[in-house]
Amino acid sequence: MVDASPYRILIAKPGLDGHDRGAKVIVRALRDAGFEVIYTGIRQTPEMIARAAVQEDVDAVGLSLLSGAHMTLFPRVVSLLKKEGLDDVLIFGGGIIPENDYEPLRKKGVDRVFGPGTSLQSIVDYLKEVLPRKKS
Amino acid sequence: MPDRTDLRRLARRVREGDLPAVARAISFVVDDRPGSEDLAKELYLGSSAVHKVGLAGPPGSGKSTLTGRLISYWRGLGLKVGVLAVDPSSPVSGGAFLGDRLRIQDHSGDPGVFIRSLATRGRVGGLTPTIFGAIHVLEAAGFQKIIIETVGVGQDEVEIAHAADTVLYVVTPGLGDEIQALKAGIMEIGDIFVVNKADLQGKDKAVADLRRALAIGAEASPDGDWSAPVLATSALTGEGIEALGEAIERHKAHLDSSGQRGRRLKDQLRAEVSLYLARRISRSVEERLTESHLAALVDRKTDPVTLGHELLAGRGGA
Repeated sequence: MVDASPYRILIAKPGLDGHDRGAKVIVRALRDAGFEVIYTGIRQTPEMIARAAVQEDVDAVGLSLLSGAHMTLFPRVVSLLKKEGLDDVLIFGGGIIPENDYEPLRKKGVDRVFGPGTSLQSIVDYLKEVLPRKKS
Repeated sequence: MPDRTDLRRLARRVREGDLPAVARAISFVVDDRPGSEDLAKELYLGSSAVHKVGLAGPPGSGKSTLTGRLISYWRGLGLKVGVLAVDPSSPVSGGAFLGDRLRIQDHSGDPGVFIRSLATRGRVGGLTPTIFGAIHVLEAAGFQKIIIETVGVGQDEVEIAHAADTVLYVVTPGLGDEIQALKAGIMEIGDIFVVNKADLQGKDKAVADLRRALAIGAEASPDGDWSAPVLATSALTGEGIEALGEAIERHKAHLDSSGQRGRRLKDQLRAEVSLYLARRISRSVEERLTESHLAALVDRKTDPVTLGHELLAGRGGA
């Protein structure tokens, strides 16, 4: 039975790094788990990501970043989404991000960061657990 | 359920062209959320039909890139453009990868462009069942051109003719000779044929093949006085886009002057109402289908047709 309206998720790559294999693996895993996934492609500005999130009216935005600019770019996406009135969108992240940065990012609105070696299932489980709570 | 004041406010913001409101309203209608029917009513009345251009054609023929070029062309003429890009849902997981947005040349930051990806959600034929609702939201928001990009399933993608006024059928060089073009289906509903990727080898042959195929028996076509042009474009370089834009306008003028526009609009509305009925009726009737009905079928005490009749008649209290 196909769910009538699956959750919609935007996977985005802010900044300048061009490595998106990880992002594509996530896209595939989320699709197979029953989510509708939109992928922005590489080298997106926070403004482009926020606008895509608005127009696609997504439930969550997943940010992938390997370049080290996460402390600047992730919070910028968060604040732009808030500015557009999307305060109920779940924001999570992944990539090469030092564990020490997880908590500061969380305080800035990035709900969860997944590091290298995270199982795909744990990301799917996380979204399936958190999204229904956010929506209700 | 959101209250009526909220919905009315949302409808008002849509009519003002507020993009976040447009996005939210489309979610309402495509998800069939509580209140969505009130919203749809409010938006439909008081707005008017907009010229809708459909893009069909096999996967990888460059429909999304071409969509990006058409957006630029119409933006250059000062027109507001709304895009609905449909990609397939997985029949297994119900999930979908909506990849068109990635290819549509970036118009981010331009408030005159709105792009929304939609999943087919279990429907075959290249469109999503609630595409009409999404179209009406864009109409209400004041977009002056609407582009509908289909899944790209190929030969059987004819549903687009029930949603668009002008259908572009997009192919690439090397996709087949005139025999392919004679097959029933999508070739019959193309109003303009586009050989995209004209930067590749074989463009001239593809154009010639298509022209020849379209010429065979064309005098018997119901469109009569419109002979579908075959144009070569390169969405990559921009070659041929202006000629395509002009051909689209010529087709629109033809629809208006021949009275076909109104006929097509009625066809579209018939398809919309019939989809609505199918959805509502099957949902309400299926709700009456119980385990004991199924058990009776298993035991061959009744048959699916008889049971179906009873459920439709509101009986079937087994």
